[in-house]
Amino acid sequence: MKKKEVLVLEDLLGSNKKIASEIRNKLKERGILTINFLSSPGAGKTSLLEKIARRLKPQYKMSVIEGDIETERDADRIRAQGIPAWQITTGGACHLEAKMVGKILSQIPSDSDFLFIENVGNLVCPASYDLGESIRCVLLSTPEGDDKPKKYPKAFSTSQCLIITKSDLSSTLPFDFDRAQKEAQSINPQLHTFITSAEKEKGVEELANFFLSSLKNLRKKNA
Amino acid sequence: MHELSIVANLFETLKEKAREKGAQKILMVKLKVGALSGVVPEFLETAFDSYKKGTLASEAQLKIEKVPFRIQCQDCQTEMTRNDFVLICSQCGSTNLKTLSGTELLLEKIEMEVE
Repeated sequence: MKKKEVLVLEDLLGSNKKIASEIRNKLKERGILTINFLSSPGAGKTSLLEKIARRLKPQYKMSVIEGDIETERDADRIRAQGIPAWQITTGGACHLEAKMVGKILSQIPSDSDFLFIENVGNLVCPASYDLGESIRCVLLSTPEGDDKPKKYPKAFSTSQCLIITKSDLSSTLPFDFDRAQKEAQSINPQLHTFITSAEKEKGVEELANFFLSSLKNLRKKNA
Repeated sequence: MHELSIVANLFETLKEKAREKGAQKILMVKLKVGALSGVVPEFLETAFDSYKKGTLASEAQLKIEKVPFRIQCQDCQTEMTRNDFVLICSQCGSTNLKTLSGTELLLEKIEMEVE
């Protein structure tokens, strides 16, 4: 018997990254813009999605993947709008992984314009898992507080968009929009920020327009 | 607690590497964990200890090297460690920075017992 040291240098999330990049290529080829929504539970991912859907639906085809630990509730809310939705129930796992999305991929209508993925409500674990999205959005609701970006840096540093939700509640809460934005941008200077209220339908149009221009860019690159 | 699923993947790799090298036993596993990798080293240790039972790595030691978040200013070239992950140069205030380390989550090496 002898000891042998083997140098590996392998990424522990390598297999997820590999699947994610295959998913990203396939969806891009089909001209589908994929958006991954990350937030803590109750930040308003589904409510915002419902409002975005209402705005995009008349002209564009959307598909939605919902991630939750249990229940079909969120997928049912999306289906109620006539939009195809797939619910992934993780049965306890705190995040979605690329292989879970990969299993559904063949069912996503190939004439979709947008694929929205609503991750499991959790500001920590989902940040480590690339799902093959083109745009990652982190949602921060005003009741959570403006000090979250530095507490959960990975979610904010790996996202392209910061969407502040429930802005209509800010009059009764000590939420400083400027502080939240500055803190998030100090970790991620390229971050686009949107201030929204699904309840009052504020900021939804700007966000939908951002997704539309990103879709156009993706298709321009394909052409 | 995604550390469990990371350790599950790690054991797949360990099994594969041990088979490749014809190893009887895994003695040591060394990981590199960046400060902005999104995982907690202590949770990796706990998960590793429960996973290793009954495997080739049942007596293996897990070593974790914590890697700080290091950045370099692309304007004044200063290198710095930022424990708060802020991408602003502490020397000149530039936001044009390059990440040098701290986002990695690597299986660096394995020590095995071979015939």
